[in-house]
Amino acid sequence: MENRSRRAYSGWAVALAIVLVYALVPVLWLISLSFKSPATVSDKKFIPTDTTFENYTTLFSGGLDSPLLRPLINSILIALIATIIAVTLAAFTAYAIARLDFPGKTLILAGALAIAMFPPISVVGPLFDMWRALGLYDTYPGLIIPYLTFALPLAIYTLVAFFREIPWELEQAAQVDGATPWQAFRKVILPLATPGVFTAAILVFIFAWNDFLFAITLTSSDRARTVPAALAFFTGESQFTAPTGNIAAAAVLVTIPIIIFVLIFQRRIVAGLTAGAVKG
Amino acid sequence: MADIKLHDITKRYADGTEAVKHMNLDIKDGEFMILVGPSGCGKSTALRMIAGLEDISEGELLIGDKVVNNLSPRDRDIAMVFQNYALYPHMTVRENMGFALKLAKVDQGEIDKKVEGAAKILDLSEHLDRKPSNLSGGQRQRVAMGRAIVRDPQAFLMDEPLSNLDAKLRVQTRTEVARLQKDLSTTMVYVTHDQTEAMTLGDRVAVMRAGVLQQVDTPRMLYNDPINIFVAGFIGSPAMNFFSATISGAKLKLPFAELAVPEGVSHTGEVIVGVRPEDFEDAALAPPNHPGGVEFEAPVEVLESLGSEIYAYFSFEGGAVSSDQLADLARDAGVAETPSGGGGGRAVARLNPESEISEGSRARLWIDGAKAHLFDPHDGSSLKSSRQEQRAGAQAAAAAVEAESEKDPPARAAAGADGGSTAPE
Ligand SMILES: Nc1ncnc2c1ncn2[C@@H]1O[C@H](COP(=O)(O)OP(=O)(O)OP(=O)(O)O)[C@@H](O)[C@H]1O
Ligand SMILES: [Mg+2]
Repeated sequence: MENRSRRAYSGWAVALAIVLVYALVPVLWLISLSFKSPATVSDKKFIPTDTTFENYTTLFSGGLDSPLLRPLINSILIALIATIIAVTLAAFTAYAIARLDFPGKTLILAGALAIAMFPPISVVGPLFDMWRALGLYDTYPGLIIPYLTFALPLAIYTLVAFFREIPWELEQAAQVDGATPWQAFRKVILPLATPGVFTAAILVFIFAWNDFLFAITLTSSDRARTVPAALAFFTGESQFTAPTGNIAAAAVLVTIPIIIFVLIFQRRIVAGLTAGAVKG
Repeated sequence: MADIKLHDITKRYADGTEAVKHMNLDIKDGEFMILVGPSGCGKSTALRMIAGLEDISEGELLIGDKVVNNLSPRDRDIAMVFQNYALYPHMTVRENMGFALKLAKVDQGEIDKKVEGAAKILDLSEHLDRKPSNLSGGQRQRVAMGRAIVRDPQAFLMDEPLSNLDAKLRVQTRTEVARLQKDLSTTMVYVTHDQTEAMTLGDRVAVMRAGVLQQVDTPRMLYNDPINIFVAGFIGSPAMNFFSATISGAKLKLPFAELAVPEGVSHTGEVIVGVRPEDFEDAALAPPNHPGGVEFEAPVEVLESLGSEIYAYFSFEGGAVSSDQLADLARDAGVAETPSGGGGGRAVARLNPESEISEGSRARLWIDGAKAHLFDPHDGSSLKSSRQEQRAGAQAAAAAVEAESEKDPPARAAAGADGGSTAPE
């Protein structure tokens, strides 16, 4: 018994180590690259021989006109706005889908799924023309709107699953206790769906943060260009040096907000929050 | 506090199921009313219509002389305890109990006072700042009760509030509920499928079957004077025994004995006779010279000694009864509890613990013929003359139900205020 669990344990440890190495080595390599000078960037050594912060400082030199600062601000704002709008709308939609029986309910779910499966590449062309005609090209809404169309289905699906888990009777209890439908939703259902709301928020945020296709197609300047698109416009010191170090440094920087975001919200995703609502 | 009146209430679900059919019930102010019946008979549906959680398809519901059909639950001023308690898991016990008051914008000092008062009554004072998930089943049940009583509502509605507790706790909590209702003297509608709970708790008990109200009476009247074979078989544990018998002249012929026809019965030919287990006795220990008492001999197959009493299962030849009312009971209770309904040819007698009858032998038993209940073999209704008069009234109501279910023949058997049809074997 003891033996077996110990063997199972070490088996898991090995598997975990392999996954960790597989996932982390490229990241570590990236970090290593970001600390190398242009001269040593292709020396194939894991530990940088001449550690330098130059790659980072050049990214921010020049204040708002620096290569990274504006895109970073754009990225954060656009991803946050898209997340807030998507999760708010999705919470209402998912609640209605999970709770009510109304005509067209399946149509909404099927439609959401169909949109989520739509390849983005097929819409960017028409969007480019439309956005230019409408004056949305190279603006925040110009990116937030297409993000919403893809993020909403994602958020709705996640939240429907969470809302379905919440016992109907809690809401009825709230009604009997004198709550209006809105109060029942706000004070009972939403707090219980918090883990779901944060899960959806993380997924949407990561989706918006990582998007490259829309960002590169629908922006033309630092007005709305996000970090993934801005990376593509980095130039080397001269025409003939690749900006490898700078790109690596920017890539490291762009990962940090995501990690922070996940760490903050992960603590809110406490499983089993609904335990104790009903007989346990 | 208020009275609750159900006038001819029907519930039809979206899929066409008629869960409650033409229900009429007057619940008096301060009364403890029990809705009881087998699983799926529409008790919860009826209760949820009173609460406002379910729309009323037909009829009128009055709380305190006000028609509330179209009022939402929050405007009805009733408190409900759900079967699985439905405590808010993200709130402490204190917040759970104070939630309704907080929504009603009662000031915080007042809320605290009321919550602490209720917590004291329910012995929850030490647990006020804990979350429901950290409480035991019994404590959760009390929090659910507490959530109801802090509000001082017009009425309490409870849907099987004790069914999630283990047997011992259930008995203990049962007395607590009774005491609480007496102290508060608030109208209470209490749903259960446990006839013991119904008998011990209620001022009056309403027995339902397949959406139709069968009889509303005090527990004592239900026990002594059931309106039909269904109520007779449902109330009492172990259940009443049923035999088919014939009346000829002044004699009532049972498969194993011949009795005098009880007073007030004017019927001849086939009847169904119901005898409660306690109306049998070991012939050696039977009261002497009891009017209507008759001795008979029967093979005892199984003896169950409980210390305080002995249950003897004896068999008899022919005369087993089958009826859809009894079939309903058997389905709900498990066949063992309605011996002659399911097994056929077997009855249970409750004997004095001093009885020396032995298993597997023929024993001399005694039956109290005066206590036998007689039922019509066709519709299962009681043949007592007082009941026959009531039937005339009930049949008028039943006619409405019958007329309605005309389009839907299978529903007919289940309809009718005095139960479905009974077919003797
Ligand atoms: N939402 C619904 N839609 C259709 N039929 C329903 C619905 N809810 C209940 N029913 C049916 O209505 C009938 C009565 O149900 P109800 O829940 O009132 O039974 P109950 O007497 O409370 O039974 P139990 O003791 O098992 O709780 C059942 O036959 C059930 O199948
Ligand atoms: Mg029920």
